[in-house]
Amino acid sequence: MDRRDFLKNLSLVISSGALAGGLSSSAWAMIINKDYDTSKHLYGMGVNIDKCIGCGRCMQACKTENNVPNVPFYYRTWVERYVIKTDKNVSVNTINMGIDEPSDVFVEKDVLRSFFVPKLCNQCDHPPCVQVCPVGATFKTEDGVILVDTKRCIGCRYCIQACPYGARYLHPQTRVADKCNFCYHRLVKGLLPACVEVCPTQARLFGDMKSFASPLGRFVRMNKVHVLKPSLNTDPKVYYANLDGEVN
Amino acid sequence: MGNILKKLPEQAVRIIILFVMLAVVIFVVRQFILPPSLKDTVLQKATATEREAAKDVQYAGAQICAGCHEKQHDVKAGGYHRDLACESCHGAAQKHVDNPAEVKPSSPQKRDYCGYCHNYNSSRPTGFPQINPVTHNPRKACIACHNPHNPTPPSTPGSCAACHAQIERAKAASYHTTITCTVCHTTPEKHKTSPRTVIPGKPDKREFCGKCHDKESRNSKGLPTVDMDTHGEKYVCWQCHYPHTLGGI
Repeated sequence: MDRRDFLKNLSLVISSGALAGGLSSSAWAMIINKDYDTSKHLYGMGVNIDKCIGCGRCMQACKTENNVPNVPFYYRTWVERYVIKTDKNVSVNTINMGIDEPSDVFVEKDVLRSFFVPKLCNQCDHPPCVQVCPVGATFKTEDGVILVDTKRCIGCRYCIQACPYGARYLHPQTRVADKCNFCYHRLVKGLLPACVEVCPTQARLFGDMKSFASPLGRFVRMNKVHVLKPSLNTDPKVYYANLDGEVN
Repeated sequence: MGNILKKLPEQAVRIIILFVMLAVVIFVVRQFILPPSLKDTVLQKATATEREAAKDVQYAGAQICAGCHEKQHDVKAGGYHRDLACESCHGAAQKHVDNPAEVKPSSPQKRDYCGYCHNYNSSRPTGFPQINPVTHNPRKACIACHNPHNPTPPSTPGSCAACHAQIERAKAASYHTTITCTVCHTTPEKHKTSPRTVIPGKPDKREFCGKCHDKESRNSKGLPTVDMDTHGEKYVCWQCHYPHTLGGI
């Protein structure tokens, strides 16, 4: 074999490799769900603070639906209880959803304002967690949900640090990052996220921002809405109505 | 080819062989062993999305229960719990939908469960029905009196404290302790059965408080008094003074 033959053979090998690669990437079209078109949706959630009674049913439902360890500390969604005293001292606690004891009777003195704030992943349009992932395991889908590829994630926790909302945690069993994904497996089947499903007072609303008539469309038209930490330009898709200025 | 190899020193040939073997190994691994989703971002996202979408659903959704449990659904649709999903109390029921005969959803019987929503908590929005579990029929199951599918009070409450225990206790420690609720609040009879649609009244005139707290008043002996003409002219008294607490300010 002279040099010319060698180069010829080499180029053949390389082109056949590229061809094989090209074929495999076009084959994925078969995998995607036939009944569900990601480009037709853009999901968001509305939270009405004035309606939240802090019962914690959303937290419990989330754990049940998404196989989150049923102990405090690991949450995909959680509810914070804000108590602002007359001396302007603010205390914030994640409510006890009744795992270890039933909900208490809270009577405090000198309360100026007090309310509950449900929190979850804000499914940012410019997500800091996606930017920092060193292996590309977390990404934004076309319908606006941030997902974690559990097979690709190496559990380095960089995204957990990067999230300004504290929405991520390291799953103690799988050892990979876990977070709210609007119950993506329910959305593709046309169901609501589990937390919205069980919310007794409709403090949580869910809808498609590409649909004018969706509950969320109505929610953002009829309320003065706010997002958490707007100064970070993360462009969240969780909208809060009647949010207090102390909440961040 | 043979000529070139002969001209090269032996150690160089060995290195070339090593590199060629390495290239072959990399090629084989990349083409045949690595899954395609590891090489292509689009494919990776698609597989990860698909894997997420394929997960099992636990909560069956609000629509499906009425198909079989029509009676309970109709009762619930007419009551205060009409916006409450069945699964909020009965728990995740997809397994029950898949296999109705063998898997039965839970049914909370204890007082604790209702308390998640209805125990008094100062952070809850005003007007949401709450009780103090210590004073409200302790040791009795909620469902002994209230039908959870249509939870109206079984009998009209005997005293205001049955629902407004918090205010009652605050008032008991205030200067207004001897004044009954109905002295200041007009309480329509229907408030007892439809507490949120028919609400009691509050004094809407300054003169009402002035009956005792005006310095000209005949009843004002020993009480804090103000000159009603100059003190807080355009406001009703309770807009500034909270009459239920100690000191009242």
